[in-house]
Amino acid sequence: VTDVQWESLSNWAVAACGMVYFLALLAHLVEWASLRKVPVTAGAARESVDVPGGVVVATGPDGPADDADDSARRTAFFGRLGYLLTCLAVAVHLLGLAARGMAADPNRVPWGNMYEFTLTGTFVVAFLYVALYRKFRLAWMAPIVVAFVLTVLMVAVIWLYSPVAPLTEALSSYWLVIHVVSAIIATGAFTLGGITSALYLVKARSLAKNGPRESGYVARLPRLEVLDRVAYRMHAFGFPVWTFAVLITGPIWAHQAWSSYWNWDPKEVWAFITWVVYAAYLHARTTAGWKGRNAAILALVGMFTLWFNFIGINYFSTTSQHSYAEGAAVISTADR
Amino acid sequence: VNTALSTRPPEDDRRPGELTLRELLRWGWRQLTSMRTALVLLLLLALAAVPGSVIPQEGVDSLKTSTWQSDHPKLTPIYEKIGLFSVYDSVWFSAIYLLLMISLVGCILPRTLVYWRGLRAKPPAAPRNLGRLPEHASYSTSDDVDAVLDRARQLLRRRRYRISTTGEAVSAERGYLREAGNLLFHFSVLVVLVGFGLGSLFGYKGGVIVVQGSGFSNTVSQYDDFDPGRLFRADDMDPFYFKVDDFAADWLTSGPRAGMARGFTAGLSYQEDLDAPEKTYDLKVNHPLTIGDTDVFLIGHGYAPVITIRDGKGNEVTGGPTPFLPIDQTFQSIGVVKAQNAEPTQIGLEGEFYPTVAFSKQTGSYYSLFGKPVDPMVSLLVYTGDLHMSDGTSQSVYSLDKSDTTMLTKKNGAPYRLDLRPGQSVKLPHGLGTVSFDGLRPWVKIQISQTPGKWIALTGVVLALIGLLGSLFIRPRRVWVRARRERDGTLVEVAALDRSGGGDMAGVVDELVGALQGAARSASTDRKDES
Repeated sequence: VTDVQWESLSNWAVAACGMVYFLALLAHLVEWASLRKVPVTAGAARESVDVPGGVVVATGPDGPADDADDSARRTAFFGRLGYLLTCLAVAVHLLGLAARGMAADPNRVPWGNMYEFTLTGTFVVAFLYVALYRKFRLAWMAPIVVAFVLTVLMVAVIWLYSPVAPLTEALSSYWLVIHVVSAIIATGAFTLGGITSALYLVKARSLAKNGPRESGYVARLPRLEVLDRVAYRMHAFGFPVWTFAVLITGPIWAHQAWSSYWNWDPKEVWAFITWVVYAAYLHARTTAGWKGRNAAILALVGMFTLWFNFIGINYFSTTSQHSYAEGAAVISTADR
Repeated sequence: VNTALSTRPPEDDRRPGELTLRELLRWGWRQLTSMRTALVLLLLLALAAVPGSVIPQEGVDSLKTSTWQSDHPKLTPIYEKIGLFSVYDSVWFSAIYLLLMISLVGCILPRTLVYWRGLRAKPPAAPRNLGRLPEHASYSTSDDVDAVLDRARQLLRRRRYRISTTGEAVSAERGYLREAGNLLFHFSVLVVLVGFGLGSLFGYKGGVIVVQGSGFSNTVSQYDDFDPGRLFRADDMDPFYFKVDDFAADWLTSGPRAGMARGFTAGLSYQEDLDAPEKTYDLKVNHPLTIGDTDVFLIGHGYAPVITIRDGKGNEVTGGPTPFLPIDQTFQSIGVVKAQNAEPTQIGLEGEFYPTVAFSKQTGSYYSLFGKPVDPMVSLLVYTGDLHMSDGTSQSVYSLDKSDTTMLTKKNGAPYRLDLRPGQSVKLPHGLGTVSFDGLRPWVKIQISQTPGKWIALTGVVLALIGLLGSLFIRPRRVWVRARRERDGTLVEVAALDRSGGGDMAGVVDELVGALQGAARSASTDRKDES
């Protein structure tokens, strides 16, 4: 297999996994659309639902129980289908990543430019979701995660795409593997945590405005405590990994490549800001008056700084040594 | 003399709301060390860091900063006044993180004392009504109270709980190390700050361009740019010497990164001090050379054309390689050559160097195709007159002071331009002399830094991570088991309390109840076997 074939395989796989994510999204939309009118039974509302609809026994006054059973089975089927399609998409996504690394000469890890970082970031978000689906019963998160991954993947393909190229000199170091892997894993965990916190806010607002609802997406979200706990678990996993990426491996590598372990480079500044915001989140969760709603808002602020740093700062600031762009190398072999 | 009987204490003369200095201080300290203040300070710190990522910073990129300043003459004085060009050294940024550190100390000191006392304390006695705790369960058994409590103690000890028994209830607690991790994390933040502070106060960072074949000894005067910390002392510099023997790069000629170079290697021979034996080192990107406390980095490269000027009398007035600065990825470079001793008049050359020259009909000018010197050429303008080099003011070696010079022109008034390839030589008009382009040498940009305290900072941040892991993943919890004799057997109540805010206690209670009952069952079957 030649490098060119690997590259087209990678492009094909990315397109294919996009399609499969789209189908998965459709399946989840069908699932949730048919659940819209079905009232949530008290038991299902109290506990988070494994497969939404699977637990629901709808005995409305309008229809016979058979009909409701049928519709419940159908929604359960679409829910499961969506999950399986997501699993398939994640596998194809991984193939696209691996082929991307094989396409380079010499072969390398697929973390050389923004397209590849974004491809990996979305993969980690989707993979963590698939892996934690059972443990945290994440069925309620499905449509949002899949829509998020699909959107960001599209952004990557449309605006960030660049052909396979060898790594620039400053990037060819084993610290690339350690630093980027940890940063991207943390990004995935923070993103899932951020989505959970956003849903927490939606649910809290709906409860405050309308009281507990009988049916609909929001009513099927887990209880606020559960949402809060799941969000905390994701963030608590992400935070040490982020610390490792940003405050240990980043400085060590910066010291080796750029001679100074902390340069106040815009990317570093924003990574630091993200770290401080998430530190504030972890403190806020245990502080009276900040628990719950304010902590969730902080988590969202953290997610905003994270993704702004990931993509936005590259376009915002030209001084960054992390701006992986090809132009404007002044007197430096470092990747300015 | 106040003899009037009064029940009012003297303090009450104050108006309501008035505080003594001591009370005020105590109030201020409480406010400062409260979690809310810490949170606000954290958010302020995040916010205060933002401008430094948008506005060019003097300490990060001084060239870009001065360009920005000349582009924004109205904003510059305002920005300068509030320190926006050096945000991370500014008073307000320092104030925020110093307050945060004080708040942190104020938080961890008392907590360390509390933790120290609590470390040896017994788990608290069981609440009267275990059924009121969020997670609880109960079951009945035929075993007697003591047997149940014995089993509970055994099971909990195996699960590494600390145990105490009061009356008919066992109290158990675990996860003491969470607070230790928490304290370690916060303490380590201080250690990191100390390490970082040492580096920026006592260290230095400097850059120098060294042409292949020349050497460098580590003294302040040898640097092109030098950025010492506030308390840096030149005596602390490591007295090493190195020479750049050769420089090589692999140029890519195909693929999407064609024109880019990789695999830069500068062959150095160096001595750690004047008496030390000579050693060699291949300096590469990502592979610095460490000598004593100092690290030597390869961060750039370029070309130094060897341009020789002979004046009107035939004397060689300047020679040797002159570094030109690259302005883009094709290594088109700019530079000047100055001949202040030339007779009859001083000569200055200014212009471009093209490693692989090409001509664009569209713009009517030369440009560079490729960074590798395949077909190098210099294109220079000639200035004569006073270059102001002996004024005593320092002058950049990359620019000419043209205020008292005239540009050499042709008869038709067009600029007189020297386009030279290696080996070529041109005789200047009016008997000014000759200019020859004798060859090409690469130069490397070397960055040298001495960062004391970097190991302290690294140790601090690693300890902080360990502490963080402890404080996030050790789950402190309390468990109580109470057994009470009832009419038809023993009622066993189990309850658990999560003390970390992230745990799910239902599983803990279920598992313990299962184990208690399972143990009971196997214990009872054992007894049957014995009988």
